[in-house]
Amino acid sequence: MRQNFIEVSVGLLMLAGIAALAFLALQVSARGFGQNKDGYEVVAYFTNTSGLTDKARVSFAGVNIGQVQSIEVVPDRMKAKVKMKINKDVDYLSVDSSAVIQTAGVLGEKYVALYPGSEDDVLENGAEIHDTQSSMIFEDMIGKLVTNYAAKD
Amino acid sequence: MEQLAWLGRTGIAITQSLGQSALLLLMALTAPPDRLSRELRRLVTQIYFIGVNSVLIVMLSGLFIGMVLALQGHTVLSRFGAVEALGQLVSLTLLRELGPVVAGLLFAGRAGSAITAELGFMKATEQLSALEMMGVDPLAHVLRPRFLAGLISMPILAQIFNAVAILSAWLVSTELLGIDGGSFWANMNQVVDFREDVVNGIIKAIVFGFVITWVALHQGYTAAPNTEGINRSTTRSVVIASLSVLALDFVLTALMFGE
Repeated sequence: MRQNFIEVSVGLLMLAGIAALAFLALQVSARGFGQNKDGYEVVAYFTNTSGLTDKARVSFAGVNIGQVQSIEVVPDRMKAKVKMKINKDVDYLSVDSSAVIQTAGVLGEKYVALYPGSEDDVLENGAEIHDTQSSMIFEDMIGKLVTNYAAKD
Repeated sequence: MEQLAWLGRTGIAITQSLGQSALLLLMALTAPPDRLSRELRRLVTQIYFIGVNSVLIVMLSGLFIGMVLALQGHTVLSRFGAVEALGQLVSLTLLRELGPVVAGLLFAGRAGSAITAELGFMKATEQLSALEMMGVDPLAHVLRPRFLAGLISMPILAQIFNAVAILSAWLVSTELLGIDGGSFWANMNQVVDFREDVVNGIIKAIVFGFVITWVALHQGYTAAPNTEGINRSTTRSVVIASLSVLALDFVLTALMFGE
């Protein structure tokens, strides 16, 4: 009986260790699971997605409404295709919405911000957002500032 | 002259005890094995005493350390408007350093001391000699299962510590500090690499487990067979094991993450 109790609790310890490792592997260090709620997919093409990663937030008016699923280069267009999953209950994005890659704070992570359009029709599964604006690259901005400043003198 | 002799004596004593403990471990590991089922049964019993009994203290410490890390990280990061990076701060700190080290120190205090005291008592009450008289090798029957159990338990405990601490940091961040849970995890995923951070943390934990149980076994086995001897060996076991963990952590970090 006592030996049985010991064996069961050691088994539990092993299970807890495996669970902890699985948690660290899947949720902490890799593309996690569990956050993928039901939803529909929307794609957008950007000339530059620098800094944007899988699982980045997709927000509308500052509220999270989905996440980035994949980013890949499409050679035909010479652009990066960003596939986003939008939560199912979000049914108010008009077809002429625009997508902008923005940064949370100065050092924060990149996310996709969606801005409303004016059409009545809404985006559906597989739809494309045509109006896009790429990531701001900090170095480029500083470069522009410096050249502007130099030109003024 | 007297000081010089003292230095020499100390040096010889340290070298002697290092060699002695290495031989002890080697003999315990290479002693002829028993039937597999018996070996396993002893191992499981020792994992229970060494590992399972340490789970509660490890989980509680993880809980509080995770929460404190989140609060402290928040005060610094909010100054730079980068509270979103809290997830990566907490997870990297835990996976790379705090997890293995704090779990190791707890393990030395909780399990290492117990091993030393137990062995010392067995020696003082002449149980070890009795085993030998009966033709049973105490190295194989007493030392080996304890050593292997420590080697197995330590990485498991460290990973449990990490998981609990990260979860508690997440709770504090989202519930108390109002950080968005999505960006907490997303930020963490961006920087944490399984091979680089998680696996290296596990390697550290295994090395610490090796050293802690090794020190504990040697101290217990060579304890003077009386009350004061057990007392001194137990203290020394915790002190040496803790210092070794901290010193080895520096070496391992330099090897793993240093340029």
